[in-house]
Amino acid sequence: METQQDLSAEINAMGDAYARALKDGASAETQPRLDYAPYRSSILRHPTKSLHHADPETIELYSPAFGHQDVHALESDLTIQHNGEPQGERIIVAGKVLDGDGRPVAGQLVEIWQANASGRYIHKRDQHPAPLDPNFTGVGRCITGPDGSYRFTTIKPGAYPWKNHVNAWRPAHIHFSMFGTEFTQRIVTQMYFPGDQLFPLDPIYQSIVDQDARDRLVASYDHNLTEPEWALGYNWDIVLTGSKRTWTENEALGAAGDEE
Amino acid sequence: MSTTTNLVPTPGQTVGPFYGYALPFDKDNELLAPGSPGSLRLQGTVYDGAGETIPDAILEIWQPDADGRIVQQTGSLVRDGYTFTGWGRASVGHSGVYTFTTVNPGPTGPGAAPFISVAVFARGLMNRLFTRMYLPENEEALAKDPLLSSLDPDRRKTLMARRDPDGGLTWDIRLQGEGETVFLDFQ
Ligand SMILES: [Fe+2]
Repeated sequence: METQQDLSAEINAMGDAYARALKDGASAETQPRLDYAPYRSSILRHPTKSLHHADPETIELYSPAFGHQDVHALESDLTIQHNGEPQGERIIVAGKVLDGDGRPVAGQLVEIWQANASGRYIHKRDQHPAPLDPNFTGVGRCITGPDGSYRFTTIKPGAYPWKNHVNAWRPAHIHFSMFGTEFTQRIVTQMYFPGDQLFPLDPIYQSIVDQDARDRLVASYDHNLTEPEWALGYNWDIVLTGSKRTWTENEALGAAGDEE
Repeated sequence: MSTTTNLVPTPGQTVGPFYGYALPFDKDNELLAPGSPGSLRLQGTVYDGAGETIPDAILEIWQPDADGRIVQQTGSLVRDGYTFTGWGRASVGHSGVYTFTTVNPGPTGPGAAPFISVAVFARGLMNRLFTRMYLPENEEALAKDPLLSSLDPDRRKTLMARRDPDGGLTWDIRLQGEGETVFLDFQ
């Protein structure tokens, strides 16, 4: 079985090669590599042909519409879904969803899911022998406000082991799923917490070989979001890819979003 | 005109193995109630580079209605059984098969080749992939389609659905290898 040392050697070699390429004038990468062997499950699951460039057309220039009919306001609080209080450190995660031109993405769906405080998912395939919490499911949703803002109250997730190699551990993270104003802006990603010691060891985080790009997945502690006697606050903004549609004046002003 | 700034996009990450209790919802793959007039089954299998089926993938489709209109209707997550929202989500099952109930997308303009926009997510897939599924009919429209005409015949056929005898559609996705599906980059 492969050890963390074997994996780290691979991760570092790829990181070094990227740093050399950057120095030789290659442009910075902003997304994970689809072909990133240190994450073993990706080996047979990445396209070997390069993505085919296409100009988005018709339906691709629009996004499905979501509203308050789809999501109840209480779904953004993951700590009130059961009769009792979940175990762990209560946190607030808040920020804005922006498009690549800096425009707020209003009235759109944000979905999150995560492990509980001890690093266990409620998912039946999670075999980690850490306790489930009867008061925590770890699923939340919300609709962004007119200024693109979202806000969740939850529990800080624990790190958890996985089977990529011997002694593999994922840094604590929250899975995020977002829609933009165009379907081509669709993103699923993971938000991390500042200062995690597992960052250099994790092939999923390191599949983004550029340090600045990786940093964009790390929330910042924000004392202004922290609520006295209640919860610590983390801020994380999400930037979607640029939009390709020609916007009407109303859309550009953000009037199209939160209709209900 | 407002001034805009170009921001660098946030990177994507794999959907991982544990989305199963979070992303699926009741009737997520029923853009139309099964059996209702005009409804059809869209199904297919998702394969990896070794030709094995992928059970832990999840797909989203986004399409115009049967008349080619792009609808902007809320209610996908709490379906009322009547409103066509154009968007759906299907978890691939243990056998690697996904199923949607939907309608044939209509042409969005005169002579346009109807297609469904598709996003693919899977454990082991570092970032979501975009592709398109075209209806197999309308040779003339297909021949004029800008994307299809930029592809070799071999590659082009990976984007074409098959029409089933019952009017349904079958379309497989291959993430890697022989017959690898054409995936799109819009940037
Ligand atoms: Fe996770």
